[in-house]
Amino acid sequence: MRITCPLCGERDRREFYYYGADDYLRRPGEGAAPAAWDAYLHLRDNPAGVTRDLWYHDMGCAAWLVVERNTVTHEVLSVRLASEAEEGAA
Amino acid sequence: MRYSGLKVITEGLFGNKGWGPAWRSPEPKAEYDAIIIGGGGHGLSTAYYLAKNHGLTNIAVLEKGYLGGGNIGRNTTIVRANYFLPGNSEFYSHSLKLWEGLEGELNYNVMHSQRGLINLFHSDGQRDAFARRGNMMISQGDDAILLDRDGVREHLPYLDFDQTRFPIYGGLLHPRGGTARHDAVAWGFARGADRRGVDLIQNCEVTGIDIENGRVRGVQTTRGAIRAKKVGIIVAGRSGQVAAMAGMRLPVESHILQAFVTEGLKPVIHHVISFGMGHFYISQSDKGGLVFGGDLDFYASYAARGNLPMVEHVMEAGMTLMPMIGRAKVLRSWGGIMDMTPDGSPIIDKTHIDGLFIDCGWNYGGFKAVPASGWCMAHLMATGESHAVARRFRLDRFATGHLLDEEGTGSQHNLH
Repeated sequence: MRITCPLCGERDRREFYYYGADDYLRRPGEGAAPAAWDAYLHLRDNPAGVTRDLWYHDMGCAAWLVVERNTVTHEVLSVRLASEAEEGAA
Repeated sequence: MRYSGLKVITEGLFGNKGWGPAWRSPEPKAEYDAIIIGGGGHGLSTAYYLAKNHGLTNIAVLEKGYLGGGNIGRNTTIVRANYFLPGNSEFYSHSLKLWEGLEGELNYNVMHSQRGLINLFHSDGQRDAFARRGNMMISQGDDAILLDRDGVREHLPYLDFDQTRFPIYGGLLHPRGGTARHDAVAWGFARGADRRGVDLIQNCEVTGIDIENGRVRGVQTTRGAIRAKKVGIIVAGRSGQVAAMAGMRLPVESHILQAFVTEGLKPVIHHVISFGMGHFYISQSDKGGLVFGGDLDFYASYAARGNLPMVEHVMEAGMTLMPMIGRAKVLRSWGGIMDMTPDGSPIIDKTHIDGLFIDCGWNYGGFKAVPASGWCMAHLMATGESHAVARRFRLDRFATGHLLDEEGTGSQHNLH
């Protein structure tokens, strides 16, 4: 698997650390109910197909990335900076 | 048909014409008392114990492919009871006891071999942790022996003890640990369930779960609708998709785990050896192949194949531990789909829908749990109450904070 970092270009999968589904971008607010925190931390759609997850360019530019990819074929469809994805309401 | 030595001899004398199929291939009925979704190890053992322990025989196991074609047919076959936490410890202890009687119970040779499991340690701190784990295993009624460096050398003289990165300080020996023939476990439970009247229905994919007023009514399948008041979801890596049919999101993310097997060699490795610091473990199958693996690929995947970086990492770890295997040729590798929970422990529980039960989250440790998982899931489905040794495997424990984090690595799906 190769991932194209928006800042560094196409790199080997080994340069990146996988964190989890992009649910981590939707952090509940301070007063959120416990169920919202459970959903945020633990519950996952876990799709067989296209998914969006968070990767960290550990051995590169240290950017957090939102990688859209297919969990069945390992095809990488798009890579964006997480900072930009947040503004676009991922 | 009961299998026996006499049967083998008489069939051998008369041309092996008397062997029938080990189970029927029935058409699905319109209604059952209970339906198991998933004809893998856990689903088949659940069906078997529902029939055997609870007298529920009007049940069906629905399998989208063929029986035992998933993780039960592609794993590294390790059977052990070396868990530490209350909740896990008594469950795996119960499972190992079931394994020890399984061949007589099923009248099927599952080739359970208690050849001993050795977990290596490489520092003083790790030795203390393993001594503590060993004491927990003994207090649970199982067996554990703390070996020093010379003790390990007696068992495993071929390891590289002086490697610079992880010099071997000793190991925790679990003499009752070992391996079993993975396919035979599925086939033995399938045959046992079939003989008690359970319908095993293959090539039958569940496409929907019918729910009315908060109660389960049955399932939709590629072979028509089937009604049942009780439905158990036991589908391992596919748990997310099947649970979604009931409108549920699970604390599960499916990851890929690779394993490898070499050409057949003469007996060279007697034990199961695990080298946790290098993410490597190995045993030798009865056919002679070295069966080994490492850690997850660490990203969510359903591809049933991994990527090359982990292949390289596992090979490097193997060569670090035992350079003698360097000349063995790898025959094949495969990737299993692992239903990873955030704390690394499984779920056997009711759902918020009446009559709908779920058994999932086995991470990469489901094989050894096959008998006890079926035993406990059958108990839950038949009585509505959790079995005593599985009562902490709650679906809601992540919300309530009652985690079972055996490795102490935190609440993230790929860290266990």
